[in-house]
Amino acid sequence: MTASKELQAREKQELATSAEQTRPGLVFTPEVDIFEEDREITLLADMPGVAANDISIDLQDGVLTLTGDVKPWKEAEECDVLIEFEIGKYYRQFTLSDAINQDKINAKLEDGVLRLTLPKAQKAVPRQITVTSG
Amino acid sequence: MVTRKMMGFPSMGWPLSFDEMERMARQMNWLTSGILGKSGVPTFSAKVFPAINISEDTGKYYVRTELPGIKADAIKLEIIGRSLTLSGERKIHSEGENARYHRKEREAGRFSRVISLPGDVETDSVEAKLVNGLLTVAIAKAEAAKPKQVTVL
Repeated sequence: MTASKELQAREKQELATSAEQTRPGLVFTPEVDIFEEDREITLLADMPGVAANDISIDLQDGVLTLTGDVKPWKEAEECDVLIEFEIGKYYRQFTLSDAINQDKINAKLEDGVLRLTLPKAQKAVPRQITVTSG
Repeated sequence: MVTRKMMGFPSMGWPLSFDEMERMARQMNWLTSGILGKSGVPTFSAKVFPAINISEDTGKYYVRTELPGIKADAIKLEIIGRSLTLSGERKIHSEGENARYHRKEREAGRFSRVISLPGDVETDSVEAKLVNGLLTVAIAKAEAAKPKQVTVL
């Protein structure tokens, strides 16, 4: 259904607040999918141009911070002919409502998409509660 | 560039770096080319997916585009004369019935775009590689499009 749809060009979303920036350069917000299953939360983020070792994932006090650095791709002697999109690092923060088992967080980067699996801590896994009538 | 000449005064303490100035200039160009409808500047958005950047060195043209989540075999590249056609499909697999979405911003779909290269090229020597969702197509320039050194006698 969605597969036959024509993709629309979207401008990369620049991060609105630049207050925390200490280094020059652009910062973009990656597009994400977040879904939840009984035992884990999965986050998929589009971060094209970021190498696996340039991604940093930080979970602190229920706030998940995602950063991806992009190295310049151009060779020194190249000059621009046409520019339709800018490059820069990716940054996004999420608040997680459920407790996460930090030791078992799994991150995988494939074709510029980061897949982050956040297993819920035992107490956050929903339990079936049977009501007994007495 | 005019802006660079203004930079001859370090005492002015201009807070922006060259990169940022260039980017601002580009954004101004975007605005003015949109209003006045002229394309004398090498920046515009074709409003067609994917957005591309083109650069060149003495021997080649480089076309770059961001295609995250697309496998190399799902991308089709074709070159006829100066026209490079880039098409393919981005698929997002279903994550199962139990998945309850908090956010869904990533999109799937087909795309197709024709890119007009700025000069004649050798259609036989095109290299394309996809690294971390970033496609780089290097196309060798035709002899006629390469810069020639002219000796002044």
